[in-house]
Parts: sequence; structure tokens; C-alpha cells
Amino acid sequence: MENSANMGRHDKLKFVGWWWHTLSPTGNAGDAIFRGLMSCAAFLVLLIVGGMIVALGVKSLPAIQQFGFNFLISREWNPVKTQFGALPFVYGTVVSSAIALLIAVPLSLGIAVFLVEQAPRFLARPITFLVELLAAIPSVVYGLWGIFVLAPFLRVHVEPPLGRWFGWLPLFQGSITGIGLFTGGIIMAIMVTPIITAVVRDVLAAVPNSQREAALALGATRWETTRVVLVNGVPGIAGAVMLGLGRALGETMAVTMVIGNRPQISASLFEPSYTIASVIANEFTEATQDIYLSALVELGLILFLVTFVVNGFARLLVWNVTRRSGTSS
Amino acid sequence: MTTFTGACTALAISLLLIILLYIAWQGIGSLNLHFLLESPRPVGEGGGIGNAIVGSLVLLMLSSAFGMPIGIAVGIYLSEFGKGRLASLVRFVVDTLTGIPSIVTGVFVYAIIVVPFKHFSALAGGIALAMIMIPIVARTTEEMIKLVPQNLREGALALGAPQWRVTLGIVLPAAASGIATGVMLAVARVSGETAPLLFTAFGSRFFNYYLDQPIASLTVEIYNYAISPYDEWHAQAWAATLVLMSLILAINIVVRFFTRRKF
Repeated sequence: MENSANMGRHDKLKFVGWWWHTLSPTGNAGDAIFRGLMSCAAFLVLLIVGGMIVALGVKSLPAIQQFGFNFLISREWNPVKTQFGALPFVYGTVVSSAIALLIAVPLSLGIAVFLVEQAPRFLARPITFLVELLAAIPSVVYGLWGIFVLAPFLRVHVEPPLGRWFGWLPLFQGSITGIGLFTGGIIMAIMVTPIITAVVRDVLAAVPNSQREAALALGATRWETTRVVLVNGVPGIAGAVMLGLGRALGETMAVTMVIGNRPQISASLFEPSYTIASVIANEFTEATQDIYLSALVELGLILFLVTFVVNGFARLLVWNVTRRSGTSS
Repeated sequence: MTTFTGACTALAISLLLIILLYIAWQGIGSLNLHFLLESPRPVGEGGGIGNAIVGSLVLLMLSSAFGMPIGIAVGIYLSEFGKGRLASLVRFVVDTLTGIPSIVTGVFVYAIIVVPFKHFSALAGGIALAMIMIPIVARTTEEMIKLVPQNLREGALALGAPQWRVTLGIVLPAAASGIATGVMLAVARVSGETAPLLFTAFGSRFFNYYLDQPIASLTVEIYNYAISPYDEWHAQAWAATLVLMSLILAINIVVRFFTRRKF
């Protein structure tokens, strides 16, 4: 009896010793405490993300149980009749993000190529700073500008010609109000451009100079050399685009202010629409019934999971490129 | 091809200038001392954004109080102890945390803080903003500490200093200015956040100094005024935006100035 109790205590001591040694290989008490504290902070970050998944999951459980998979494919969103279908929001989010990327990707590639391959240093540095400032403008400010400047401008100068020339496409039919998917997509494009540009710039800068020299030595023109560089950077550029996509999917304020906030699915880009993030922002404080709130939290959970996967994938792509060449991302 | 790339760059920069100049032009008209000091009044009676400015400052202080130490600690963990599978998991999670939509952060904080305490509060807003700050501060801290030369560490260790004193006494001070710029950029980023405040700090039309009560912020005020139907409130939204943008631009330019001198 006594012997086994001693063994237990001995084992416990051994465990504490092992734990102490892992925390501080030097055996210094201060080191162990310091390392313990820093690890706690790191653990807290894991806890936040884990807690997010659990808290959102628990809160959305009633909606998941009640609507099941229908939640994603039903297009009826009527809180009064407790009908909750997310399809209009999924549609609005996907289409507005697609418009944003269609505009932002070529724009960002152009800026990044200009900055890395063409511009002289004295010009490249201030321009880089100015483009990065675009990312410093808050979402709500873009929204304000979108309501009072961009939307009226598009209504008068852009949407009518588009309707006239491409009106045979269902995309550009319908009434022109300036508030809708098209405007939402464009404002998002302005917002993700600096983000994509910054990453593409790093990726292009990470392409070894020997590639450029080899192409030039073979008699390639400047454009052909740039093409070699771009092809070299394809995985990283894909990562940059996905980072932009992640940002666009979760963009809230600016889009909420210009997209019209109507849960409908319309082929026309000029019609008002609604995104997942916008409906959460608009209706969360109005949700009086539990099931309504739960449906909104489920939308948040969907947004969280999608952006988590998109971002994780993007980081892996970008890491691989920039780590290989040893530049910091 | 240079025409295309040049045009792209010119487009981006002219958009920036158009937006900034338009804000200045629209905002300057309603900007005066009363506007900066008073709290909001009903439409037609003027009023100001004093409570929103105070509220934003309170929220920024709260979020820095939580976000700065935790972010720096995570950065130290990643750079000094950041080997092995657990550390790469932390690094990955920190990176993805940067990309999580801020509205989702708001929903999360609503679920874990607002619901148990049963009302919106400045504290909840501060915590939501801190969660956005942490990954930014952590990554800059990590990068900056990595720039500190290895022989500085070795010298201190050779003199018999324990690891923790080397990190806190030698490495951190050497990286301090870099970390400070990271913190400032995080503050600038967070000061423009609206979505996570909508259902945490919520907003208020009065001066509030209690952390367990709803509190106003510049961004939420801009949002509410912008979507209101009143011209007077639109003008106030532009003026509030001018105040907010001045703060954000000032931080960005100061940071730019310091990093330029250093490298």
C-alpha cells in the first residue's frame, strides 16, 4: 500500500519534471514561466478560433436541425413566416465577388507588373505606398463614397451604355438604379485590388532574376520576359487571387450600403441583391425569434467556414512560393 | 504593354485621390468646434460627433489593452519558440484569423459576451476589435524579432543571461520600433472597423463612460448617418469621415516616415 502510494507520487514528480524540462531545457525557473506565458497567448489564439467554430455551431444548431440542407437551396427568406432559405444570399455573395475579381485581378496584375518590372525605384516606392493607402480606407468610407459618388456615376454614365450595347444579355437588362450587384461588385473590386496587388508584387519579386536574364539572353522582348516571370509566379498569383476572394466574400459594410439589400435572385446585374455578410449586418439586431437569430448565425458559420478554407488554401499557395525563394511575405 | 500597366496604376492612384479629395471637399463644410464636441441631436438641430470620438477612443484603448500584449506574446512565441508542429499550427491559425470576415467576429463576440451579459457593451466592442488586432500585431512582432541579429542573442546568452531576460531585455528593445509600427498599423486598421461593432458596442447617442454600456463610435455613426434619408445627416457623415480619415492617414504617414528612416 505504502509502496504504491510512493510510486504514485514518484510518477507525479516525474511528470512534473518532464513538463518542467519541456518548458525550460535550461532548468531556469524564469525561463519556464516566460515560456509558459507566451505559450498561453499562443494557445489563446487557437482557443479563439476553436471557440468560434463551437459557439457558431451551437448557436446555429436549431436552424440546422429545423431546415437541414434545405437552408442552402431554398430561395424563400421570410422571417415573418419563419421561412429561411439562404440561396439568394449565397447567389449575391458569389456573383458580387466574381464581378470584383473579374475587375480586380487584371488591374492588380497590371499594377504589380508595373511596380516590379517596369517602374524605376524612385517611382515604385511612393506608388506602392499610395496603392497600399487604398487598403487603409475603411469599408464604411467606401460605402459612403459608393452611395453618393459611385452609384450615381454608374447610373448615369456606365449602366445605360452597358444596357444599350449588351442589353441582349440577360445580365445587363432590367431597370437602372445604380444600386445593385454591379455597383457592389465594383466597390469590392476597388477594395480588394490593393490586397491582391501587394501579394502579387511579393510573388513577382520572388521570381529569381536568373529567369529574367535567361529570357533576355535568348532574345526575348520585354513583354516576353514579363510573361516568363508571370508564368513562374502562377501558383503565388493564384494564392493572391484567393486571398482577394476571401476578402471579397466577407466584405460587409461597403457592399451593404450599395447592393440594395433585397433577397432575390435575378439574372440582371443591375437589380438589387443581398450578400451573406450584409444580411447579418442588417438583420442581426432585429432578429427577435430564436430561430431567426439561429438562421443568421448559421449564415455566419457558413461564411466563416468558406473564408477559412479559401484563406487557408491561399496561404499555402503563397507560402510555398515566397518561402522557396527566401523573401518575406 | 507598358501602356496597360501604367493605365492600371494611374487608375488606382486617381481613385485614391478622388476618394480622399472628395471626402475633404464634402467634409470640411460641416466641420467646426461644436461638431467635434457636442453629442448628436435630432434632425435640423445640428449636433455633433463628440460622443462618437470619445467612444472610438475608448474602444481603441480597450482593444489595444487586450490585443497588444496578447499579440506581442504570440509573436514572441512564434519567433522564439516557434518550432515544431504546434507552432506551425499556431502560425497557420494566426494567418487565417487575419482573413476571417470581421462581421463573423462580431457574431462570435455577441454569442460569448453580449448574450451572457444580456446587453451591448463597450467591453464587447473592445474585445471584438482586439480579436482583429491580435493576428496583425503577432505577425509583425514575429517578423521584426526575426530581423534582430542572432549574435546579439548569443552575446547575451554567453554572458549568462537566461533566455527570458535575453528576449525581454535585449531582443524586444532591439525590435521595439518595428513592433510599434505594427501596433500603430493595427490601431489604424481597427479604427475603421464597423461590422464587428454593430452588435457588440452597438452605438449610442450620448456620452458614455461605462464599459458595460453601449457606446458610440465614429464608424457606426457614419454608417447610420449615411443610410439615413436626411441631407443634414449626410453632411455630418462626410465630416465624421474626414475626422476618421485624418486619423488613419496620419498614422499611415507617420509609420511610413519612421520605417523609411530606419531601413
